[in-house]
Amino acid sequence: MRFRTESSPHMIPAHSVGGVMQQVQMALVPGTLAMAWFFGWGVLVNVVLAVLFAVAFEAAIVAARKRPVMTTLGDNSAIVTGWLFALAVPPLTPIWVTLIGIAFAIIVAKHLYGGLGYNPFNPAMVGYVVVLVSFPREMALWPAPDTLSDMSLGLGQTLQTVLTGSLPAAMDWDAITRATPLDAMREGLGTGRTVSEITASPMFGSFSESSWEWIGNFFLLGGLYLLFRRIIHWHIPVAVILGVAIPAGFFWILDPDSFASPAFHVFSGAVIIGAFFIATDPVSASTTPLGRILYGAGIGLLIFVIRTWGGYPDAVAFAVLLMNMVAPTLDHLTRPRIFGRSRRGPPPGDGHA
Amino acid sequence: MNPTLTDIIRDGLWHNNPGLVQLLGLCPLLAISGTMVNAIGLGIATTLTLLLSNVLVSLIRNHARPEIRIPVYVLIIASIVTAIELAMNAWFHGLYLILGIFIPLIVTNCAIIGRAEAFASRNSVPRAALDGLMMGLGFTGVLIALGALREVLGQGTLMANAHLLFGEWGHGMTLQLYPSEHGFLLALLPPGAFMAMGLLIAAKNWIDSQFEAEPAPSADESATESETAPDNA
Repeated sequence: MRFRTESSPHMIPAHSVGGVMQQVQMALVPGTLAMAWFFGWGVLVNVVLAVLFAVAFEAAIVAARKRPVMTTLGDNSAIVTGWLFALAVPPLTPIWVTLIGIAFAIIVAKHLYGGLGYNPFNPAMVGYVVVLVSFPREMALWPAPDTLSDMSLGLGQTLQTVLTGSLPAAMDWDAITRATPLDAMREGLGTGRTVSEITASPMFGSFSESSWEWIGNFFLLGGLYLLFRRIIHWHIPVAVILGVAIPAGFFWILDPDSFASPAFHVFSGAVIIGAFFIATDPVSASTTPLGRILYGAGIGLLIFVIRTWGGYPDAVAFAVLLMNMVAPTLDHLTRPRIFGRSRRGPPPGDGHA
Repeated sequence: MNPTLTDIIRDGLWHNNPGLVQLLGLCPLLAISGTMVNAIGLGIATTLTLLLSNVLVSLIRNHARPEIRIPVYVLIIASIVTAIELAMNAWFHGLYLILGIFIPLIVTNCAIIGRAEAFASRNSVPRAALDGLMMGLGFTGVLIALGALREVLGQGTLMANAHLLFGEWGHGMTLQLYPSEHGFLLALLPPGAFMAMGLLIAAKNWIDSQFEAEPAPSADESATESETAPDNA
């Protein structure tokens, strides 16, 4: 009888890159639909435009680098980059802002560094930060959650707003936009009001807050699906959420009047989508188990610090980019012990090694 | 070993450009290049300093003992910069206020002490002067390119505030290319300066590689030229 022998590797990876990215896209669907439910057509328009731009830029730059275009597009990573970017920007973002952000994400953050697998920074977050610091006015225009606003935009009006950058006649930005809960909390605390006063004020509105919570819940659902399919590991999301909640809880217990509750911090803004979809980017995140925990905890802590004492209401993108810088060092310092060896190198008592 | 005069010019302006190749003096280069007028102002001040410090260092090159040469260079450069600072304060007060700390900081620009140590202390006065002028012009060129790029992207203008440098008729030199509220703010911020600088260096390397692709014409020629050059050291 003849035994068939094969050379290594013997463990074939269960997922291709393209397959992983497809799973991520599927996991993004519930959260995206929830956002569209609350914020209107703009969310879907943004996603479609950003994905189209991302694929177009990816094809163009890959062709310019003389690499196989179809193979690279087949890894679907540009689609995820565009999609995450679209979820980060306000729903009625003008088309040229999306174009510039995606151009930076794909060309500068991804392909100038060598393409997928070589980028030290999360491309979608680089694109978002570029437009966030460059166009503060456009990035501040979050519409009120749809159920609250009397004047909701139809698909045609949304397209017109996104393409031209100005609202249809008889509407103005003041009527349809509204501070996000994080904005309101930040400004309220800045003017010396207490947390309970801010959350009680009509401008804040419990429904406005709960719409963000529902969006967070649906992204959580997608994140749990990714965990279940073992696309991501539990370390980073858990560490990010605890990294926000523990310092927030500590300060909240000390002084509940000037610090928002941990639940508010975790479910407002982008912590959930950041923890499950952005921080877990396999390229730019840490890769060892302990490294992942430290990486996630660092992101969480930075989110809390920048939100509380920094210049921006939300900080997921900044926190992720800052920790991206640390990730290679974390990997180096937290290398797991190789089986059969001590932590310092050769196994004890192995004289000739 | 001694470079010919054409080599000095070519090195300063292109092949050994302090901004694009030596990457010296990056701090003022990145901090001041927000607008073209600032860039020109700082470029002129730096060029003057380089020219004068190279001449003075070259003059004393046979008298300063090697053990104390660096402090002597620093003293010379600091005196020159102080004089230039006072002159700018007197004649270009508006620009002086904008450039602020970066004029005194020319003292610490490593391009200047670098040229004093690497070139002026080993060459005759005319050659040192030419080197200082060309290095200064090369630095100014990079400053202006960076300033123009960042100003156009960031606020849609060219030569804004030109009256600070050129007097009253400078008001007419400002070009408004598009409304400033659509400006790309990142270009004016420090990260934008680094990115624009990276793009400029990439452009320079790309241009070099285009020329290198052609057969190099005069490699032997320049070698023989530099051999026959008079030894001035």
